[in-house]
Amino acid sequence: MEEILDILNGLGLDADFEHCTTLIDDGILESLDIVTIIAELSDAFDITIPARDIVPENFNSAEAMLNMVNRLLDE
Amino acid sequence: MLFTSYGFIAFLAVLFVLYYLIPKRFQWLLLLAADIVFYACAGWKGLCFMAATVVVSWAATNLMGASLAKQKSFLKSDEGKTLERAERKAYKKQCEKHRKVIFVLALVADLGILAALKYTNFLITNVNALFSADIAAVDWVLPLGISFYTFQTVSYVIDVYWEKVEPEKNILRVALFTSFFPLLIQGPISRFGDLKDTLFAEHKADFKQISFGLQRILWGYFKKLVIADRLLAAVTALCGDPLTYTGAYVFIGAVLYAAELYADFTGGIDITIGVAQVLGIKVKENFIRPYFSRNIAEYWRRWHISMGTWFKDYIFYPLSVAPWLLKLSKSARKKISDGFGRKLSVYVSTIVTWFLTGLWHGAAWNFVVWGLLNAFFILLAEEFKPVSQRFRAKHERLVSGFGYRVFETLRTFLLMCSLRVLDCYRDVAVSFRALGTVFTDFNWGEVFSGALLQLGLTSADYLIAAVGVVIMFAVSCIQEKHGSVREVLWEKPVLCYAVFFVLAVAVLTFGAYGVGYDATQFIYNQF
Repeated sequence: MEEILDILNGLGLDADFEHCTTLIDDGILESLDIVTIIAELSDAFDITIPARDIVPENFNSAEAMLNMVNRLLDE
Repeated sequence: MLFTSYGFIAFLAVLFVLYYLIPKRFQWLLLLAADIVFYACAGWKGLCFMAATVVVSWAATNLMGASLAKQKSFLKSDEGKTLERAERKAYKKQCEKHRKVIFVLALVADLGILAALKYTNFLITNVNALFSADIAAVDWVLPLGISFYTFQTVSYVIDVYWEKVEPEKNILRVALFTSFFPLLIQGPISRFGDLKDTLFAEHKADFKQISFGLQRILWGYFKKLVIADRLLAAVTALCGDPLTYTGAYVFIGAVLYAAELYADFTGGIDITIGVAQVLGIKVKENFIRPYFSRNIAEYWRRWHISMGTWFKDYIFYPLSVAPWLLKLSKSARKKISDGFGRKLSVYVSTIVTWFLTGLWHGAAWNFVVWGLLNAFFILLAEEFKPVSQRFRAKHERLVSGFGYRVFETLRTFLLMCSLRVLDCYRDVAVSFRALGTVFTDFNWGEVFSGALLQLGLTSADYLIAAVGVVIMFAVSCIQEKHGSVREVLWEKPVLCYAVFFVLAVAVLTFGAYGVGYDATQFIYNQF
């Protein structure tokens, strides 16, 4: 979790990644931000995030992103 | 069959009565029959193209579904038995490859029909211009609503491929989803997952829903007939003669077109959603008062939402996570700069998405340039985001005030009006020249000394249109603050009936038809 929070906080986006669980639902993250996050996560964990996984449930919180990364690492 | 024709009203009346008279299990089949009648009125040839799209999508989604079911069943039966983990993975990959072939073939077929019919002449014109060739243009008629139903069907095929929805086994249900007549003219481009439960369900007649649906249809006709079609004459005159109408005329034309397009498109969507609501079918909203947006990104989240989300989900995201683009970004981070590399995939995806959005609107360079300019301003706003955030933090009181909100809203409105000039003049050079004259020809005095009355509208026409726009604006303000106006009125039945009686009288009295007017198609139908 620490690692993912470091990555997200390092992007300079105006969002509270530690506490917020409605990053997409409340429009805090826009599509351009999501693409930036995807590029960072793909690079940091050497994973491919398929387009089918770009759904609000996977990006609403740092924890959701972590779960997605872990699942993709496991596949 | 025009939405604004008497034939359509009669068609709806018969459909509504039959829909609630027949056994409920046949309702969706009646809708399919109504779709065929509606579509056949526009020509049988178009029906053949739509049928081809339905068959291809139905076959492809079911083949993909069968492949996935076979894969799951085999892996489940073999769990902990003969296959190693690596072998299971290889088997899964092989099945996925099989589904990918079906998926690509379906997309090529569905989009191929659209591309061939819509873009062949555009290609021929450009090849002729580039190579001084003399290829004759083709005379193919574009089937009604092809851009809308193709995108709707393609979204279904992709969603099945992505395992977001189950494939529909009954081809007639796929046909109904593709051809549902209220959505054919101008969307909203609906998703199978959103529509299937409501479209195929059995519906009991619900007085409130039917009333709301009819009220919404009436409101749609008010916008279309009283405002949009009335302003059409002035907009056509102003855009039709860019050499005469320069300077202030261009500005006024752009503002009038903004009102006309909004009333036309949202009016059409009101009729669409209203018709569906009378039938008990829930269709997603396509607009959330876009002219109240404070920046271009927000505007595109509130205008033609179904198109925006379609391009975002099926073009922007898949492209931005494409391995080749991520690889390119990674390489740019190392070789050029970290900042540039980080932004590369966002920039490329945004530009390509808006290029295609422009092309979807029409096979012409003015639409392509319009799309690219949208991308430019969205990315420009993104670049200036840190500056804007600093400014907001420093001047918190100013930016939270009403005055600053009005400034931002007006700025966005004028920017969108300026970009839409490319849609008005349908020619890139003419559009830029016309827009340039706004800053060079100061002919405001001439415009307001009676010249506006030479554009095909009388002062009474301007007054009616202005009152219509004020009502539309007031309703938007109420919606922004209190939500649904109809819900508010529902609590006061006498007022509710009075309002809609006045609205009906207004449509019949002030609607732009009769001598001197032609019933016109909706603007977005041509896209």
